[in-house]
Amino acid sequence: MSEASSAQARGLAKFGLSLNVLLVLVFLYAPIVLLTIYSFSGARNPGQWGGFTLDWYRALGDDTRVQDAIWVSIRVALVSTVLSVVLGTMAALALERFTFRGKKVFDALLYLPIIIPDVTMAVMMLLFFTQAFDLLDAWFGLRIAKGFATIVVSHIAFNIAFVSVVVRARIAGMDATLEQAAADLYATRWKAFVFVTLPQIMPGVLGGALLALTLSLDDVVVTQFVAGPGSTTLPVYVFSLIRRGVTPLINAVSVVMLAASLVLVIGSLFAQRANEGRRRREPAA
Amino acid sequence: MSSSALDPLDIVDPDHEHSHIGEEVERRLRRADRRRGFLLALPAYLYMVLFFAVPLVIVLIYSFATRTSSGSVALSGWNLESYRKLGEPIVRNVVFRSAFLAAITTVVCLLVGYPYAYFAATRRPLVRNLLLVAVMIPFWTNFLVRNYSWRLLLSTGGPISSATEAIGLGETDLLFTRTAVVLGLTYSFLPFMILPLYASIERIDWRLVEASRDLYSSGWKSFSKIVFPLSLPGVIAGSILVFVPSLGAYVTPEILGGGRETMLGSYIVTQFLTARNWPVGASVSFVLMAVMLSATIVYFRAGGKNL
Amino acid sequence: MVPAVSMRALTKRFDDVVAVDALDLDIADGEFFALLGPSGCGKTTTLRMIAGLEIPSAGSLKIHGDEVGTLPPNKRPVNTVFQNYALFPHMSVADNVGFGLRMQKTPKADVARRVGEAIELVRLTGMEHRRPNQLSGGQQQRVALARALVNRPKVLLLDEPLAALDLKLRQGMQFELKQLQREVGITFVFVTHDQEEALSMADRIGVMGDGELLQVGTPEEIYDQPVNRFVADFIGRSNFLPGTVEDPSTVCLTNGTRVTVEHAGDAGEAIALSLRPERVQLTDRGAVPEGQASLDGTVSLVTFLGSGVVYQVALDWMTVEVRAENRPSVPRHDVGDDVSLWWRDDAVAVVPA
Repeated sequence: MSEASSAQARGLAKFGLSLNVLLVLVFLYAPIVLLTIYSFSGARNPGQWGGFTLDWYRALGDDTRVQDAIWVSIRVALVSTVLSVVLGTMAALALERFTFRGKKVFDALLYLPIIIPDVTMAVMMLLFFTQAFDLLDAWFGLRIAKGFATIVVSHIAFNIAFVSVVVRARIAGMDATLEQAAADLYATRWKAFVFVTLPQIMPGVLGGALLALTLSLDDVVVTQFVAGPGSTTLPVYVFSLIRRGVTPLINAVSVVMLAASLVLVIGSLFAQRANEGRRRREPAA
Repeated sequence: MSSSALDPLDIVDPDHEHSHIGEEVERRLRRADRRRGFLLALPAYLYMVLFFAVPLVIVLIYSFATRTSSGSVALSGWNLESYRKLGEPIVRNVVFRSAFLAAITTVVCLLVGYPYAYFAATRRPLVRNLLLVAVMIPFWTNFLVRNYSWRLLLSTGGPISSATEAIGLGETDLLFTRTAVVLGLTYSFLPFMILPLYASIERIDWRLVEASRDLYSSGWKSFSKIVFPLSLPGVIAGSILVFVPSLGAYVTPEILGGGRETMLGSYIVTQFLTARNWPVGASVSFVLMAVMLSATIVYFRAGGKNL
Repeated sequence: MVPAVSMRALTKRFDDVVAVDALDLDIADGEFFALLGPSGCGKTTTLRMIAGLEIPSAGSLKIHGDEVGTLPPNKRPVNTVFQNYALFPHMSVADNVGFGLRMQKTPKADVARRVGEAIELVRLTGMEHRRPNQLSGGQQQRVALARALVNRPKVLLLDEPLAALDLKLRQGMQFELKQLQREVGITFVFVTHDQEEALSMADRIGVMGDGELLQVGTPEEIYDQPVNRFVADFIGRSNFLPGTVEDPSTVCLTNGTRVTVEHAGDAGEAIALSLRPERVQLTDRGAVPEGQASLDGTVSLVTFLGSGVVYQVALDWMTVEVRAENRPSVPRHDVGDDVSLWWRDDAVAVVPA
């Protein structure tokens, strides 16, 4: 190959790479941006532009079903996040810092929800609750219906796993001699945990919480299987609306959901950056 | 003289009798530690057994059960009927379609994602991080909304259709086609491809490439003989991370395939919520899970844990 | 006087591996003691047993007369400077230093005063509010020292305290640590694999190998009278001339040369003479003082080191390393020169072969 043609080939490759990056970025962001723009469109067809309007957001403000769904979503997300963060962090500490009987089984059990397809998870929870409620009815005459509690229980079931993975990574990266130093400096085990271990793993706990929150707010499939008539989360409600046909109202709801997840992403990015910045400045001992 | 500074008196000092108490204390401490660890794990352990392991077993049991005429399940007369059904044309078509669409999605993600990851990995740190964050943000935004945005884009008379019409290509009607499903899946899972690819390309020792250039290799040859083989773990990891969730996808084919392009996820949901054939739904879910589990094991074997 | 640390038959087993094997050692109050040995010799395990971070498998461990073998670290009057310092990254310098006092529920005013004093002691005044990651390696080391010393421990343990510093800083810190130890008067026990560090800082050194304490003594004793080849070789350089004891003051070397020594041992015993390179006199062939045993050889290699010159002298049965000062009054030799080696009777140590 001659000098000139090889330089030409290199230039072409460079151009191709840059173009690809540009196209990927357009591909990733154009749909979200367009969706946001169209949520302000006055046209009845949600995919057409018909002049700027805030009507759909106003309609959203009047739609009690959407608002109910939003509240259910928020409550489900908060309750399941808090509980799964507590349980997941305890599990992470136990797995990283202790040995105990049944540890391997527990470890495997905590990986499964991450791997398993959400459809299978949904089926599992549906069958479990059906079976459990049948038994409770037959044995104790208890009549329980699916609803808020079943959604929360199911979300915790998959969130514990994600929280514990994130927290474990943080614990594994923590300098174990810090705890020894605390013990050497007259701290009891409990005080060493409160004053040294916990502050150190806090970024991991927060990261796990953000992930749990996101997953809980994202979930459609599992929730759809375990929700009751009076308790529908926003994604499940929106999903059912979409299947019935798109309306400009869905655009507006989607943008609200988009905004919510963006707040979470930006929050997590900041947390991660603060965290990484700290780690970078730590001595590489 | 200088070998030991022992005073002979000390050796017979009764207080210095050799105690073997240490090992006993250590055993006791270790036992206490195990108990502590167990108690710490216990709440999550119980939770996972009750609300995860038990449900999993129930699914397995249901998959061997019989469907009654009323659509409920008779927990007797165990049989393999529902697994036999997996071989019937209807189910087989769903399986093949799912595998095909997931495979196409994986290839598309790889073709688009590799150059992106390569580009990102060879930039200076600032640009590199920006490009990565650019991929991460959609990954964290609401999954349903992301899929819905394509429904909007592809809708009849929607933005894409109008655009192609405006440049004289005529209206496009992609919604509810396989193309739309692949587009949606690619949009959903592209970050899963780019991130492991980036990780594996980024850690390549570029001196190897310089060495190959020094040994008269052309740019393309350096890439195909050195860079690509070294990034193979990333390729494998990314492919599994895209293929596996695509295979079990439910939301995307529902929204963009309009129920016409039934994939495994939709099929399972239908068995439970509409057709009320729980044993078949259970067996398909179980098989799907088994496939994903084995794929994950391959992923870990390929060193995916480090990515 | 009651020793600061007293170990009797102190043993630590990890499953089947004996890390520390029946150690007997007393460390006096106010002493600067070094545990020296190659990595894996058990010195760090010994230190961790004193700190309470490992529980001895057997034996006795007393601090100021009190048995502490099985006490947890937070109940022992000792503090540790960890190898990587283990400073709490989320706390300021002042909070790091005050941690131990706060854990002991010291009144707030006392904490503030003592933290101030400790920070002054290690000359970090003005840095109280910095985070550990905003400090240099040397400054982090001082924080770790202050954090331990502020508790006025009966014994201060230092695990390879200088290993993480670069050479220049390390030399400065050696001097400073010794100074600091004299100032506070606390017993220092430090672990190192660096013989120079041990020689220059410690009042006494315990040399360890394979879990056993091989020799305890002042730096001079250890250097001049090593008990065996391992110690002689680990601390400084040495030539080992094999031979046999003829009578309590005479050794017959392998080549037949008879050498007078101070304590040869039992007749017939196979021994080696440990001969430090700088103790050997190098002269022109035959220019040896009257009545002094000597060895003849040829210079085979000359290495110039600046402060000195190292010669490899080939005898017909072994090679001997000789170090001469680089001084105008010391004559220089070249490769191929025929030379004689001799030494004073008290310049050698007899070690088992």
